[in-house]
Amino acid sequence: MSGFEVKRKDVETISVIYLKGYLDAHTAPDFEKSLQTLVDEDRIRIVVNLAELNYISSAGLGVFMGFIEDIRNKGGDIKLAELTEKVFRVFDLLGFPVLYDILENEQDAIAKYEEG
Amino acid sequence: MGSQPVERHLCIPGKTENLEFIRNFVSGMARKAGFNDKDVNKIELAIDEACTNVIEHAYRDTGEGDIDIDVEYDTQKFKVVVADQGRSFVMEDIKIPDMEKYMAELKVGGLGIYLMRTLMDEVDYRSKPGARNEVRMVKYLPGKS
Repeated sequence: MSGFEVKRKDVETISVIYLKGYLDAHTAPDFEKSLQTLVDEDRIRIVVNLAELNYISSAGLGVFMGFIEDIRNKGGDIKLAELTEKVFRVFDLLGFPVLYDILENEQDAIAKYEEG
Repeated sequence: MGSQPVERHLCIPGKTENLEFIRNFVSGMARKAGFNDKDVNKIELAIDEACTNVIEHAYRDTGEGDIDIDVEYDTQKFKVVVADQGRSFVMEDIKIPDMEKYMAELKVGGLGIYLMRTLMDEVDYRSKPGARNEVRMVKYLPGKS
């Protein structure tokens, strides 16, 4: 029983990951695994949709931080979309808005890749 | 009656699967103490970070060892003590990261203590090496600090 779910949808060269439930030290390894799978498949234009994520701790933020450098070095990115106010506050506390593209909705995040 | 402190204790195995239970335990009490949703979320996250540190550092992810959580609140303040019998560390040795530099270098982990100190009004750490480590955190009810 885990209050966490990861789903994936591929839209041409972009992969969207949907996180649902809570992302903490217990569930972070599941998210890590799904990002690792994308990197292994060389699908590094990633959007993470957080509409249904209702909790994140530093263990979850650490997953984003653990992958971003490698993914950017390879020419990809991780863009975030549809954060709830509660989850955004935690990202904001740690200065994420300066370092990550955070978009209102998934379509905007996908479009951002298409802009180049 | 009204000014009598409310006290609750929880002793739970130091495993990540118990973090959700711990968060629910603490946030339920924070709500009863009178905090708004925003502050309840802050307290919940700070306690999660303290317990995650215990699980990952004091007990080195072995899953062996308990976490003792004592919550005490009254009309003025909400106090939580998170204690373990694992490996101790000296909190002063852990530098609070310069966030801009830290994020620029994209370092992983080590953010828990920064978050605890940002989210709570008081955080201190006591350790009797080999016996017991304690993180004590306090948040004042609005207008009571």
